[in-house]
Amino acid sequence: MSNIDERLLEIRQDFPVLNRLVYGKPLVYLDNAATTQKPKCVISAISDYYLNYNSNIHRGVHRLSQEATDEYEKSRKIIKEFINANNTNEIIFTRGTTEGINLVAHSFVRPRLSKGDEILITYMEHHSNIVPWQIVCEETGAKLVVAPINDAGELIFEEFEKLLTERVKFVSVVYVSNSLGTINPIEEIIKKAHSKGIPVLIDAAQSIQHMKIDVRRLDCDFLAFSGHKIYGPTGIGVLYGKDEHLDKMRPYQGGGDMIKSVSFVRTIYNDLPYKFEAGTPNIEGAIGLGKAIEYVNQIGFDFIIEHENQLLEYAQEKLSEIDGLKIIGTASRKASVVSFVLENVHPHDVGTMLDVDGVAVRTGHHCTEPIMRRFGVPATTRASFAFYNTKQEIDILANSIQKVIKMFS
Amino acid sequence: MEELKELYQQVILDHNKNPRNFGELPTCNRHAEGHNPLCGDQIEVFILVDEDTGKIEDVRFKGAGCAISKASASIMTTLLKGKTIEEARKLFEQFHKVVTSDPSSNTDVINLGKLAVFCGVREFPARVKCASLAWHTMLNALDNHTTTKVSTEQL
Ligand SMILES: Cc1ncc(COP(=O)(O)O)c(C=O)c1O
Repeated sequence: MSNIDERLLEIRQDFPVLNRLVYGKPLVYLDNAATTQKPKCVISAISDYYLNYNSNIHRGVHRLSQEATDEYEKSRKIIKEFINANNTNEIIFTRGTTEGINLVAHSFVRPRLSKGDEILITYMEHHSNIVPWQIVCEETGAKLVVAPINDAGELIFEEFEKLLTERVKFVSVVYVSNSLGTINPIEEIIKKAHSKGIPVLIDAAQSIQHMKIDVRRLDCDFLAFSGHKIYGPTGIGVLYGKDEHLDKMRPYQGGGDMIKSVSFVRTIYNDLPYKFEAGTPNIEGAIGLGKAIEYVNQIGFDFIIEHENQLLEYAQEKLSEIDGLKIIGTASRKASVVSFVLENVHPHDVGTMLDVDGVAVRTGHHCTEPIMRRFGVPATTRASFAFYNTKQEIDILANSIQKVIKMFS
Repeated sequence: MEELKELYQQVILDHNKNPRNFGELPTCNRHAEGHNPLCGDQIEVFILVDEDTGKIEDVRFKGAGCAISKASASIMTTLLKGKTIEEARKLFEQFHKVVTSDPSSNTDVINLGKLAVFCGVREFPARVKCASLAWHTMLNALDNHTTTKVSTEQL
């Protein structure tokens, strides 16, 4: 047994759900791009909060409130260090990537937009990085401009550069495409945009769990991700923003916690990051996310990258051997996501048939309808891998696909 | 796996491969489009009703979708021809009952006739919408004399 195999066995013990059966078959969970499973330490951190120190934060003088506040703020610090932000003021807790993007659209971009201005995105964005911009464009008369991709599912960088005119006031780009797996040349995108003085938001929903992200090295202005895709709970996410931007931005929502003082004449907003955290936040979520990131640190990106790359390569090789299977998204730099279509079998049928073999995959348009149209398919089947997946699981996937093909032939 | 076999019985596989009444019906006087945004299934149903007798003279469908939705549409068209609008509505209700009833309940398979092939769908709640799309679209076409769009997310 190789070192990786031994390590894997241990890691899999951290995820109790991986031991369950589905229709009597061992679960093969390959829907990690939709959401990852949670390690025991995250689950216990959440129940520990409820069992031992549940209380509201930032408000009580009592002991429990202090403990909860400390743990909540400790998570912020873990996240700050994880992405190498300058300070914890730059870490805003949100509900997820979607809320982070909406916050920036509303509080940063909209006030700067006039008629005729443009926002530049790419063809491979998730709906959550399309619709918020359409909304602000509708309200301001600005225009949403979309940089094209090639047949491999890669951004055509020359076209992106051409579209980066003086009319563009903001660039918002996905780091890793959730339906194609493409890793975008994010450093070059940011450099190019900054050379023209244009701020950039990175949708890191599908990259934060796969690679080391250093916001200071990237020099991105904003970066959003979701806790549930990096082994943490749902309903919690992070928006990173340079504090020089966050400072000047108007609040996103008004309410408790985001104010210093309120009177009917004048309200003074709270300092960062609280200005953007109105109302009682998702305390258990923040605590769970902090724990999840500690866990990822402990596994280490060296292992994660090496193993996930092996899985990706193995899966692409195995699936390419299957007659009538076409992989959608063949970029030269990819994260561990494989989307595919089968001749004559609709992805929905593939999904149901794999399900009864215990294999959980995602089928559909993956909230990226423009990509589906670009590739002329109604939907795809997507297998997405996490560091706890194994090559044996990919064999099960491949065998199950063969069965589907046989049934429909 | 028994349930899976039932879901994809030969009849469904056959209708998926060779859909009956597939294509447009230029002479139709009822028409509706259906859409399942979750999986991208898209369907159009064309119906020609004899306004004197109230009978469905012809019905065709077109669209792209999974085997369940395509076969369901195809089987539906074969059942509708010659039926009155009232009979078509009754058939819809019967169909609806078949795909949404509790799988453990004892369904009277004999009286279901051709609808019995849809019994397997009940085991897979995620697929009920696939099977239902054509039927809801058909109902919508009958209700509206003009072109309308129906989405499974409004059902
Ligand atoms: C690339 C990308 N962006 C944004 C999102 C939205 O994340 P959430 O639904 O957690 O807000 C997702 C989730 O699927 C995603 O894959």
